[in-house]
Amino acid sequence: MTLNYSISGGDFASAGNASSAVKSILKQLNIDNGTIKRVVISLYEAEVNVAAHADNGTITVDIDNVSVKMVICDSGPGIPDIELAMKEGFSTASAEVREMGFGAGMGLPNIKRNCDLLNIKSIPGEGTELNIEILLNQAKPTER
Amino acid sequence: MSSGSENIKFHHALNVNDDLCTGCTHCMTVCPTQAIRITGGKARIREERCVDCGLCYKSCPVSAIFVEQDDFNDIFKFSVRVALIPSVLFGQFESRIPVAAIYQAIKNIGFTHVLEVENLCGTISEGYDRFTVKNPSVRPAISPYCPAIVRLIQVKFPSLTGNIIRVKPPTDSAAAYLRKKFAEQGGDPGAVGLFYVTPCASKIASVKSPVGETASLINGVINMDFLFNRITKALREMNSDQEWKDRDPHPSPENILWSLTRGESAGRKGRTLAVDGIRNVSEFLEQLEESEQSDLDFLELRACDESCAGGILICRNRFLAVERLNERAEAAAGESRESGTESTGIKEPYNHNDYRLGPIEPRSMVKLDDNITEAIRKMDKVEQLLRVLPGIDCGACGAPTCRALAEDIVQGHGTVSHCIFVQEWEIRSGRLSLEEADRINSSVWGEMRNRRSQKG
Repeated sequence: MTLNYSISGGDFASAGNASSAVKSILKQLNIDNGTIKRVVISLYEAEVNVAAHADNGTITVDIDNVSVKMVICDSGPGIPDIELAMKEGFSTASAEVREMGFGAGMGLPNIKRNCDLLNIKSIPGEGTELNIEILLNQAKPTER
Repeated sequence: MSSGSENIKFHHALNVNDDLCTGCTHCMTVCPTQAIRITGGKARIREERCVDCGLCYKSCPVSAIFVEQDDFNDIFKFSVRVALIPSVLFGQFESRIPVAAIYQAIKNIGFTHVLEVENLCGTISEGYDRFTVKNPSVRPAISPYCPAIVRLIQVKFPSLTGNIIRVKPPTDSAAAYLRKKFAEQGGDPGAVGLFYVTPCASKIASVKSPVGETASLINGVINMDFLFNRITKALREMNSDQEWKDRDPHPSPENILWSLTRGESAGRKGRTLAVDGIRNVSEFLEQLEESEQSDLDFLELRACDESCAGGILICRNRFLAVERLNERAEAAAGESRESGTESTGIKEPYNHNDYRLGPIEPRSMVKLDDNITEAIRKMDKVEQLLRVLPGIDCGACGAPTCRALAEDIVQGHGTVSHCIFVQEWEIRSGRLSLEEADRINSSVWGEMRNRRSQKG
C-alpha cells in the first residue's frame, strides 16, 4: 500500500505528522514495535530536514510484507557534499533553526543508523531525494 | 474478531440495560477506544476493546449504562468483615463531619474492620523505588495505579506495557497485607471477607479479572454511591454531640492525597509528569510512543478528570472532594507536627512475594490481522472504503466513525450498505431494494426506530 504526505519548509510544528500517521498504520498492520520505532525515527528526521532546509517536499511511503520504503523529495538547496552531511555533528542549519533546537547535525546519521538501506540523490540548487528502506522483522536495535 | 488469536474473557463492570437504552449514540461517540456499536437499536460494548473508563456511563442521558456491584448482604457471610476504603471516600462528606465519625458509621452498617487502602502507599513507594533501580532502562516508569489506564496501554499502546511498574496498586496491596496478617493470627481464612468500596468501574473490573495477578484476594465490591447513602443514613442515627475516636491506622498526610492528581508523582524523584483524563493520557502516550528516548522518569496517568475524585461513582462535586481531602491532609500534617509524632500509617516493608504484580501482557486491539500480508490487504480495503464513505462520522451506520465502519466491514461485521449515504445511492441506482435497505436499517436501529418499517 502507498501513502502520500507533503511538508512545507519552515513548518517545524507539522514535522512529525507524517511519521505519526505512518505509525498508526503500521500498528494496525501488526508490525513489531522495534520496526515501527525505526520507521518513525527515520521519517521524523527526514521531515525535520525538509522543514529546516527546503521550500517544500513530498513523502511517499510504500508498505509491503517485506519492507517499508520511504521516498522524501524536496525542492531546496540540495546537499553539495553528501559524505560530509553524513558526519555526526556536521550541520548547515541556520542560526534560527538551531535556536529552535534543531540542526545539531544528527539527522542523516540517525536515519542511517535506523534503516537498512539509505540512498541520497541531491542536485545543489534544485533539491534532494532520500530513499529509505526498512526491512520488516529485522532485529536492529535502536538503542545505543 | 478474526484478528485476535486469544480467546480470553474479560470481565467488565459496565453493562447496558436494554429496557432503558434508546440507541441514541451518545456513548458510542465518546468512547475513547471505539468499543461501542449500535445493534438492534441498543448500545453494545465490545469487551475486548472496553477499558472500563466509564465515559459511556457519564454520557448516557437515560442512565441505561449501569455499574454492577455485589450484593451488600454478602458481607454477612463472613464473621470478619473488612471494608477496604479509598481515602477519596472522605471527600464525599462535608468538612464538619469528622473522619472518625465516618469510620464509626461504616462499622455501624455491618463491617467489623475498616482499612484505608492508602495505608499501604508507603510500601508501594518502596516497591516503585526498587523497580526503578532494578530496571534503569525502563523510562519513563508508568504508574500501575489506574486500572483503566493499564488496560488502555494493553489494547492501544502495547509497546508500552513493559514500562508499567510491576507493583500492586493500593487496593490489591491492602488485600494482600490483610490476608497475610490474618494468616499470621492463624484463624480460618474463609471467615475473613474483604470488600472494596470503589469510586469507579475500572477498579471493579480489575478485582473481577485482575491484570498481572492470578486471582483476586478480594471477596466483593461495593459501589461508592451505594455506601455513601448507607453511611449518610448511619450518621443521622448517630449522636452528633459525641466525640468519636478511632484507633484504626490512618494514611500519612501525603498518602491521603495519593489518589488525586499529582498524588503519586509529587513523591517521586527525578522528572515526573501527571496527566489526568483518558483523552489527555491517550494524546500523551501517542507522543511518548514516537519519541526516540525519554528523559522522563515517572508518569502518573489517570483516566478520570481530577483522578479518583472524578470517578463515575463519586457523588460529590470532584473539586469539593479534592478540597476536603486537602483539608484533611493539612490537618493530619499539623497534628503530627504539634505532637512531634509520625503519622499512624502502617509500616510494612515492601516484599516481592506479597506485593509484586505479574507481567502485564499486550493485547493490541488495533491490528487488523496477525498476518502482515493479510493486514495490508485489509488496510488497502479500508482505504478504498474511506474513499466511498462520506467522512462525516454521523454514526447512522451504528459505528462511531466512517473509519470504524470501514474496519468493521473488512473484519466481516457490516457492509458498505450500512452507510445511509451509500444506501441512498444504491437504492437510486437500483443496486439495493427498499426491502433490503429496511432490513439493514432495522438490524442497526431496531424495528421501532426504522421509520419505513413503521409505515409498512
